[in-house]
Amino acid sequence: MAETLLFNALREAIDEEMARDSTVLVLGEDVGHYGGSYKVTKDLCKKYGDWRVLDTPIAENSFTGMAVGAAMTGLRPIIEGMNMGFLLLAFNQIANNAGMLRYTSGGNYKIPMVIRGPGGVGRQLGAEHSQRLEAYFQGVPGLKLVACSTPYNAKGLLKSAIRDNNPVLFFEHVLLYNLKEDLPEEEYTLPLDKAEVVRQGKDVTILTYSRMRHHCTTALKTLEKQGYDPEIIDLISLKPLDFETIGASIRKTHRVIIVEECMRTGGIGAELTASINDRLFDELDAPVLRLASQDIPTPYNGALENLTIVQPQQIVEAVQKMVALRV
Amino acid sequence: MIEERIIPTLPSIAAVSREEGQRLYEDMNLGRIFEDKCAEMYYRGKMFGFVHLYNGQEAVSTGVIQAMRPGEDYVCSTYRDHVHALSAGVPAREVMAELFGKATGCSKGRGGSMHLFSSEHRLLGGYAFIGEGIPVALGAAFQSKYRRESMGDASADQVTAAFFGDGTSNNGQFFECLNMAALWKLPILFVVENNKWAIGMSHERATSQPEIYKKASVFGMPGVEVDGMDVLAVRTVAQEAVARARAGEGPTLIECLTYRFRGHSLADPDELRSKTEKEFWLARDPIKRLKTHLIEQQLFEEEELKAIERRIQAEVEDAVKFAQDSPEPDPSELYRFVFAEDE
Repeated sequence: MAETLLFNALREAIDEEMARDSTVLVLGEDVGHYGGSYKVTKDLCKKYGDWRVLDTPIAENSFTGMAVGAAMTGLRPIIEGMNMGFLLLAFNQIANNAGMLRYTSGGNYKIPMVIRGPGGVGRQLGAEHSQRLEAYFQGVPGLKLVACSTPYNAKGLLKSAIRDNNPVLFFEHVLLYNLKEDLPEEEYTLPLDKAEVVRQGKDVTILTYSRMRHHCTTALKTLEKQGYDPEIIDLISLKPLDFETIGASIRKTHRVIIVEECMRTGGIGAELTASINDRLFDELDAPVLRLASQDIPTPYNGALENLTIVQPQQIVEAVQKMVALRV
Repeated sequence: MIEERIIPTLPSIAAVSREEGQRLYEDMNLGRIFEDKCAEMYYRGKMFGFVHLYNGQEAVSTGVIQAMRPGEDYVCSTYRDHVHALSAGVPAREVMAELFGKATGCSKGRGGSMHLFSSEHRLLGGYAFIGEGIPVALGAAFQSKYRRESMGDASADQVTAAFFGDGTSNNGQFFECLNMAALWKLPILFVVENNKWAIGMSHERATSQPEIYKKASVFGMPGVEVDGMDVLAVRTVAQEAVARARAGEGPTLIECLTYRFRGHSLADPDELRSKTEKEFWLARDPIKRLKTHLIEQQLFEEEELKAIERRIQAEVEDAVKFAQDSPEPDPSELYRFVFAEDE
C-alpha cells in the first residue's frame, strides 16, 4: 500500500498503460516538457520520448481530430484537455468524428481514444474555466462519459478507459487532484460502466458524481449524527447510466436525491430524473429531488460562487425533507 | 466574371505508358459516368439527401490517388467524395449501394453520399463539414510517422492525401494542420481542389489572398499550383509530393485549379456562375484532354478508348443493378455500430 495523490494515480495509470502498449500516447497542450498543468504527465516524456508524450500547438479542434485519425489507424491516443472547458473548441471533432464516426462508417473504423482533463467549479477561476461539459456531451451518440472521484477509482478507471475500444470522455475535477489514498501495490482496473456504492443505507438514495460525492460524504457526518441512514451512490459512468445499481438502490429506499455540479437545465441530473421516472416510477414514494448548480455562468466572487454550486448543508436539508415525507 | 488566373503549365508534358494511360482513362471515366448515373438516379427518386457530384474535377482525384499506393496509402475526402472513393479502389457496387442506403453499401447504409468509408481501401472517409477531415487525415499521417519514429517500424512509410476545396482554405483547421504537418514533417499531401466556388461564394469574394498554394510558404512547406484539368500534370506534381512525403521530408500543399461542371449539389439552382465562365472551363474537360493526348501520342486508337467507355458504362449499370437488388439494412440492427463491440 502506498499513499498516492489523485494526480499521481492518474499518472501511474498512464505510465503503466504506456509501458504495456506501445500504441498508447498522450497529446495535448504542455503535456510533455512542462508535465501537464496539473502534473499528471510529469516526466513521462523523459521516459517515453517526445512522440509518445506529444506537446501540441494550441489548436484544440485540430489536435483532437488528429487523435481521431490516429485512433482510426491503430493508435490509442490520450488527449489531455489542459482545462476541459477548452474542449468546447474541439466540440465538432468530439461529436461528429470521435462520437459518431464509427456508426456513420457502418463499423469500418474504431476510435479507441481517451479525452481527459480537469473540469468543474474550482476556486474563483471564472466562468470559462469552471465548466461541466458532461452535460453538453451526454447527447452525443457513441461517447462513453466517465467521472472519477478518488485516487483509487481514478487509476483503475483511467486504465480501463485507455484499454477501451471506444472514445471515452474522462472527467477529472480540478479540486480533487490532491486527494490522498492508499492504493494497492498490485495492478488493478475498474469497470467503466459500474456505479460505486459509497455507503449503504435504507432511507434515501443519493445519486452523485465527481466532487459532489465528497460534499455528500461531508453531509453524511451530520446526517449520521441525526440518525439518518442514506445510501450514497457515485455514478462513475455518466453515460451509459448503471441502472442495475441505481435500480437496486431505489427498489430498497424508494426515494431519490440527485446531487450534481452540472447546471440544472439539461444536466446529467435532468437525464437521470427522466430515466428514473421512465423505468422506476412505481418504486418512488416521492418525486425525485434534484440539487444542481444554478443556471448561470459561474461568477468569480467567492461568495457568489458558493451560492452557484450545491453546498453540504443543502444536502442535509434535502435528506431531512425527503425522509419527513415518509408515508 | 473575374479574370481567370493564368493556368500553369508544366515545362514538358509528362510521359505516360499505354498501361498507365489506360488506368488513368478508366479511372476518370468511371468517375464521370458514375456521377452522371447518380444524377439520373437522384432525379428518378432512387437516392436522397444532399448529393454533390464531381464532374469536371476528375483529373485531381485520378492524378493524385493514382500516384499513391492503393490499399496502403490513406485518402481523406469531403462531402464530394464518390469519385475519391472510386479512385481509392472502393468498388462501384459498394459506393452505389451506399447511395441507395443499402446494407451492402461501403458504410452499410448508415453513411450516405457524404459519409463514404472503407477501411479495407484505406479511405478515411467523406467528411461533411468543412475542414473537419483535414485533422483526421493529419492523424493518419501522424500514425505513420509515429510507427516509424517511436515503434521502430521501418515499413511505416504510408502517405496520406487530404482533399478539400477552396472554401476550406479559409477555415482554421486548414491552417492549424498545415502548421502541425510542417512542424512534425508528416507524410501528407494537402490537395486543394480550387473549383472557384464555395456553393454561391466565389473564391475571390471570400479570400484575401486567392492564390492558395502561396500559403504553404509561411509554414516552410512546398506549395505547388497545377492545372487541375490536366491529369498528367496533377499526377507529376503528386508523384513528387508523395516521394518527398515517403522519404520523410514532410508535407506538400497542392492547389489544383479546376471546375465543377454541375452545381454545388443536385439541389443547387446554380444561378450565380456565368455562362462565359462555364464555357471557358467546359472547353478544358480533363477527360477529353487525356483522350486527345492518348490518341495523339498513338498510345490508343479512338475505338479502343470507346470500348473502355462502354465497359465502364456497363460497370456502372451493374453497380445500379447491384444496389437496387441489395437488401435494406435490418431494422433490428438500428443500434449496431454505435460502439466498437458491434462488429
